[in-house]
Amino acid sequence: MKHILSVLVENKPGVLARVSGLFSRRGFNIDSLAVGPTEDPDTSRMTIVVDADNLRLEQITKQLHKLVNVLKISDLDPRDSVERELVLIKVSAPPNMRPEIVETANIFRANIIDVSKSTLTMEITGTADKIQALEDLLRPYGIKELVRTGKIALARGKLAEV
Amino acid sequence: MRMTGAEALIKSLEKEGVDVIFGYPGGVVLPIYDALYDCKTIRHVLVRHEQCAGHAADAYARATGKVGVCLVTSGPGATNLVTGLANAWMDSVPMVAITGQVATAVLGTDAFQEADITGITLPITKHNYLIKDVNQLPTVIRQAFELARSGRPGPVLIDMPSDMSKAEIDFKYPEDFTIPGYKPVYKGHAKQIKEAAKLLTRAEKPIIYAGGGIIKSEAWKELKDLAEIIEAPVTTTLMGKGAFPDEHPLSLRMLGMHGTRYANYAIMDSDLILAVGVRFDDRVTGKISAFAPHATIIHIDVDPAEISKNVVAHVPIVGDAKTVLKDLTAAVNKIEKPYADKTRWHAMINEWKKKYPLHYHQDGQIRPEYVVETISKLTKDKDTVITTGVGQNQMWAAQFYSCNTPRGFISSGGLGTMGFGLPAAVGAQIGRPDAVVVDIDGDGSIQMVSQELATVAANKLPIIIAILNNGYLGMVRQWQELFYNHRYSQVDLNVGTPDFIKLADAYGLKGVRVTQVEDVEGVLKKAIEAREPVLIDFMVAREENVFPMVAPGTSIDEMLGGIPGAAISQMIDEQEEEEKDETYPVGTRGK
Ligand SMILES: Cc1ncc(C[n+]2csc(CCOP(=O)(O)OP(=O)(O)O)c2C)c(N)n1
Repeated sequence: MKHILSVLVENKPGVLARVSGLFSRRGFNIDSLAVGPTEDPDTSRMTIVVDADNLRLEQITKQLHKLVNVLKISDLDPRDSVERELVLIKVSAPPNMRPEIVETANIFRANIIDVSKSTLTMEITGTADKIQALEDLLRPYGIKELVRTGKIALARGKLAEV
Repeated sequence: MRMTGAEALIKSLEKEGVDVIFGYPGGVVLPIYDALYDCKTIRHVLVRHEQCAGHAADAYARATGKVGVCLVTSGPGATNLVTGLANAWMDSVPMVAITGQVATAVLGTDAFQEADITGITLPITKHNYLIKDVNQLPTVIRQAFELARSGRPGPVLIDMPSDMSKAEIDFKYPEDFTIPGYKPVYKGHAKQIKEAAKLLTRAEKPIIYAGGGIIKSEAWKELKDLAEIIEAPVTTTLMGKGAFPDEHPLSLRMLGMHGTRYANYAIMDSDLILAVGVRFDDRVTGKISAFAPHATIIHIDVDPAEISKNVVAHVPIVGDAKTVLKDLTAAVNKIEKPYADKTRWHAMINEWKKKYPLHYHQDGQIRPEYVVETISKLTKDKDTVITTGVGQNQMWAAQFYSCNTPRGFISSGGLGTMGFGLPAAVGAQIGRPDAVVVDIDGDGSIQMVSQELATVAANKLPIIIAILNNGYLGMVRQWQELFYNHRYSQVDLNVGTPDFIKLADAYGLKGVRVTQVEDVEGVLKKAIEAREPVLIDFMVAREENVFPMVAPGTSIDEMLGGIPGAAISQMIDEQEEEEKDETYPVGTRGK
């Protein structure tokens, strides 16, 4: 089962190597890992998507906790969290196909961010399903390049906080 | 106070109460060695290879309970230390290692003697630091010692660039400090403890499986109290040897691959396992899916990641062994007697003990087991520390040396590092100058570190080095005999092995060769009384095997050998042999 771990770490040199090294040497698979600064300059947040059963997930979390630079780990429940991923897609777009492609992009609320003679590049954010659907529709035109940020996620605000 | 980074380093170590450093100098640590030159409180022991600085600091820590400290130069000095760190890491030994590093200005440029030692040691240290701001040095050292000794102990490395050693700081050793991401849990969960107590009083076939964690948390008294109250037999791991007296009536001695038959039978038959400070290593559990099928498992460990890692615990208790055992005993005492009747359980165990004692043949050759047994007998009432090499010598030491005091048996468990024995004896003897220190070693193992005879000589350490010389890489040979059809590939050491007596002599040490079984006791007696370094070369029966043995991948109650009176190389149950056409015999429980 897929789990999204939101891992708050101290912003210290080598912390990414510590985390990624732990995953590789203990044989835990990472689906994606996104990392960036938080509201506090001394900490970073890693969003790690892993595919693991409960026992394995428990082991992953416990091992992560042992890293001195790891401050907090939350296993985000999809029902109680919001997640997003940003994807950039460069698709082959000869002039005669262009309207069709732009139309498709609009339906998905993807933004065209670069245009060249033969290609269009668009950005899309959303859930994995939505992104997959767009990718499938664009594939016949020829996807030249694609890059994904990996999922980022946060727990939803508690009702009381609203 | 204004001082250099190097001086601040030494000052900080003094503040931590460090009284000895095991080390080896080199270019980038010159400023540190210069600061050490004026230091009156810290003794520096010059080893002859950095690996041994690690092992000596490691054994010093195990023998004393203090944090071991080692200091080496950058590049090759640091990489030589890697095995020492890995060994301490696997056996959870509190250690602080200081490595020199090239100056910060040239870091990352492949400068002369640069090695990315923090990168290299990420997976084998509890934590490591690269000093890039000398003002942080005192805090880092404070944290490093705290990390090394608290929670589940382990080695911590501090990498010190040469310019950091030379830079000046205002020294103040921090009183207060925090490590925000580090909060070991010491007190066990009250409800879980209550549940465990209930189970312990109700079990008819309980067993305590105790490991190195007991020694780390100094919980030996609590362990003994609880075992006696609930009348549970106790088996220890290799790391736990000494946590419970081997000669206590409730002791089952060591379990696992070369454990006693009765320990392995008992844990496999038990209905309740109280596992404390152990990690269900594969050398203990054998085939894991077959391990202790009837048992409910209570697992106490200070490292939550060990609980349910290999074997699922029914009652997990995260906490320090000493604290939890104390609370557990109190909880047990609150439960009204009588507890479950264990008469049958003890009768069964006593039957196994009678039927399958550890034993060996005495036939005029020097049997290695006999040498160990004699060491055990002669040191019985003395403060003694045994260290070991790795291989058969180590297993015979574990089986036939009766350790009745904690910190009395020091061996490389998790990593199984050949060469650990001699530098470990150095560290142990320096930490416990009055103890009788005996290194029970193999002829192969000791050749990996024989340069340390110089350290023994230079420091006049009264270590007894007992080599069980079989002219083989014995344990590998045993596996080849049993599982590779006697094909002895690359294990014969007879050609090329030095004359150990001459070797000792070359270092100015006394050496004695023992070739007659009658001389074993006399030579050992003299050595123990002499209080001076001595190397004893015991020419033992060459193809002696360690039994019982659990073949890899099998359940731990399916042991080879260890049945008294059985013919051929003291291991074969003849009936079994006829019934099964096996190349090696399979023991049975004598059902
Ligand atoms: C550094 C290292 N290299 C290789 C091994 C594999 N190994 C385990 S036991 C053993 C043989 C040990 O021989 P010796 O020290 O003579 O002891 P004996 O088994 O004969 O008592 C070897 C090679 C090891 N444990 N450590």
